[in-house]
Amino acid sequence: MTAHLPVLIVVLPLAASVIVPLLALVSVKAAFAVALLALAAAGVASCTALSHVLAHGVLRYELGGWAPPWGIEYVLDPLSGGVSALITLVAVCVAVYAGPQASGGLAGRNGMFHGLYLLLVAGLLGIVLTGDMFNLYVFLEISSLAAYALLASGGIRGTVATFRYLIVGTIAATFYLLGTGYLYALTGTLNMADMAVRLSAVADARAYGVAVVLVVIGLAIKAALFPLHGWLPDAYTYAPAPVTGFIAAVMAKVSAYALFRVLYFVTPAEGASAQALMLLGWVSLIAVLAGSILAMAQHDIRRMLAYSSVGQMGYIVLGFALGTPAALIGALLHLFGHAVMKGCLFLVVGGIRWRTGIYRISDYAGMGRRMPLTMAAFVVAALAMIGLPPTLGFFSKWYLLSGAVEAGAWLFVAALVLSSLLGIVYFFRVFEFAYLKTPEAGRGTPPRQDLPLHMLAPILVLTAAVLVVGLLNQQVVGGIIRHALPGALVP
Amino acid sequence: MWENLSGYLNYWLAAVLLLIGLYGMLGRPNLVKKLMAMNILQVAAILFFIALAEKTGATPPIEVKGLHDVNAYVNPLPHALMLTAIVVGVSTTGVALALLIRIHRHFGTLEEPEILERMRL
Repeated sequence: MTAHLPVLIVVLPLAASVIVPLLALVSVKAAFAVALLALAAAGVASCTALSHVLAHGVLRYELGGWAPPWGIEYVLDPLSGGVSALITLVAVCVAVYAGPQASGGLAGRNGMFHGLYLLLVAGLLGIVLTGDMFNLYVFLEISSLAAYALLASGGIRGTVATFRYLIVGTIAATFYLLGTGYLYALTGTLNMADMAVRLSAVADARAYGVAVVLVVIGLAIKAALFPLHGWLPDAYTYAPAPVTGFIAAVMAKVSAYALFRVLYFVTPAEGASAQALMLLGWVSLIAVLAGSILAMAQHDIRRMLAYSSVGQMGYIVLGFALGTPAALIGALLHLFGHAVMKGCLFLVVGGIRWRTGIYRISDYAGMGRRMPLTMAAFVVAALAMIGLPPTLGFFSKWYLLSGAVEAGAWLFVAALVLSSLLGIVYFFRVFEFAYLKTPEAGRGTPPRQDLPLHMLAPILVLTAAVLVVGLLNQQVVGGIIRHALPGALVP
Repeated sequence: MWENLSGYLNYWLAAVLLLIGLYGMLGRPNLVKKLMAMNILQVAAILFFIALAEKTGATPPIEVKGLHDVNAYVNPLPHALMLTAIVVGVSTTGVALALLIRIHRHFGTLEEPEILERMRL
């Protein structure tokens, strides 16, 4: 059974994504139950596989019995196992939040949300688990197509934003595909492990440099790294709450994961990939600052969070670029942490908009009394984003900072600190309105109206995760993340 | 120069198509033209892969009795990959057309500047 876990994690949501829309024609509740069950099963499979891998070593699965490098193989190592556990955790939370009717301002027929949502989750899990460069492209497109359909379901502005995302996303995927083509031409293989061995012999070729550039640009667009982030704010802002909650939490992270996988596990450490990482470092330095500054300038809270995501993606890529063990640990911890925090924040903000129609920061006056539990979750997640101990955000930034100090990159240290300070500015603006200002006189105090339990519970679970993983950060880093680093870098 | 051009004609063609596609997607204001340019971009990638598979004087990769030399057959793998890429391209185009229908129903136009103008109102 354990041997089949890597493929089961992907196949369960994939199979359910076909069954659920059909089942929804008969019973919406049954369809929702199947969707939830498939996601939970994938989650259990991910966690089981992760603990198995940590105890007994990497799990490899030959798809269709074709041995690699000819066949496609799925590789479950501590890195991919950890990320797939993260994806399924957020996926289950968001599925519960959406509920059988997919509440939160979603258009479209019953069951379509969960069908597409499962397809998106399956695609992302596939990207994480595959050990094959071309298979990664296919899953990238599967997840993107599902994401386009989901993002477009939030009204006409969302549809226009999604069309632009589709155009940019296709450019990204085609760049990745071309890069893969160059790598295949150089090595004659598509299997990542096999390619890693063969690439060191041809690392001097000019085509290799072109391949790295194409792959890095493609994945950087998908990860919304600063100058290539144009598609993100509109797409996140106008999508329905559960969709943004999930996509903002994990989709860009998975592309960052793919970037890490290619640059640290496939391409040789010297040469083009080292230069690419150096360039990515400078770019993400600007991203960290630009994202925070742009976030400060927003009046729409969803847009503020979207720009903050652009900055936070900078943190993760910055960690990859620094390349010291501490920085990589910080980047991976932040990858996990930001997914949980930003997922939580977007679920809160989307829920508030669904309940009250409010989405401008200036209209948040009195929200702290109106929705106390919901706003409390927002505060915890926001403090984690700023990086206050003992939340997860503090520890990931701590590792990033010590990594930057270790590498002697003082400019990066300054940028990390400055951007955290800017984070304080834009999140405290929300706190100020929610807790210190009272709504305009004459309207009376609105009644307490926290979100319904099925929407509140996932938010609280994610909030708890921010605190619990923060407190247990030593165990998480020592037990999982340290093993997820590429072999030569394990401290 | 001429040798460089004729020996790698396939690749030059792919590069030209790639640039036409990128220009169309980023530079044209009409959304349908953007979509057509996207298809051109995908064709460029497909052509690139198919060109990789080509060997001078080789036959299609279907076994000819008694012919066991690898170099006598073109590489079938890129063709198989591109079959998948074509499917991906068709699906993306389908989703994009569905989005365009919704946009057209709402705005009555597919010119990006006009749509942006109306969204601002």
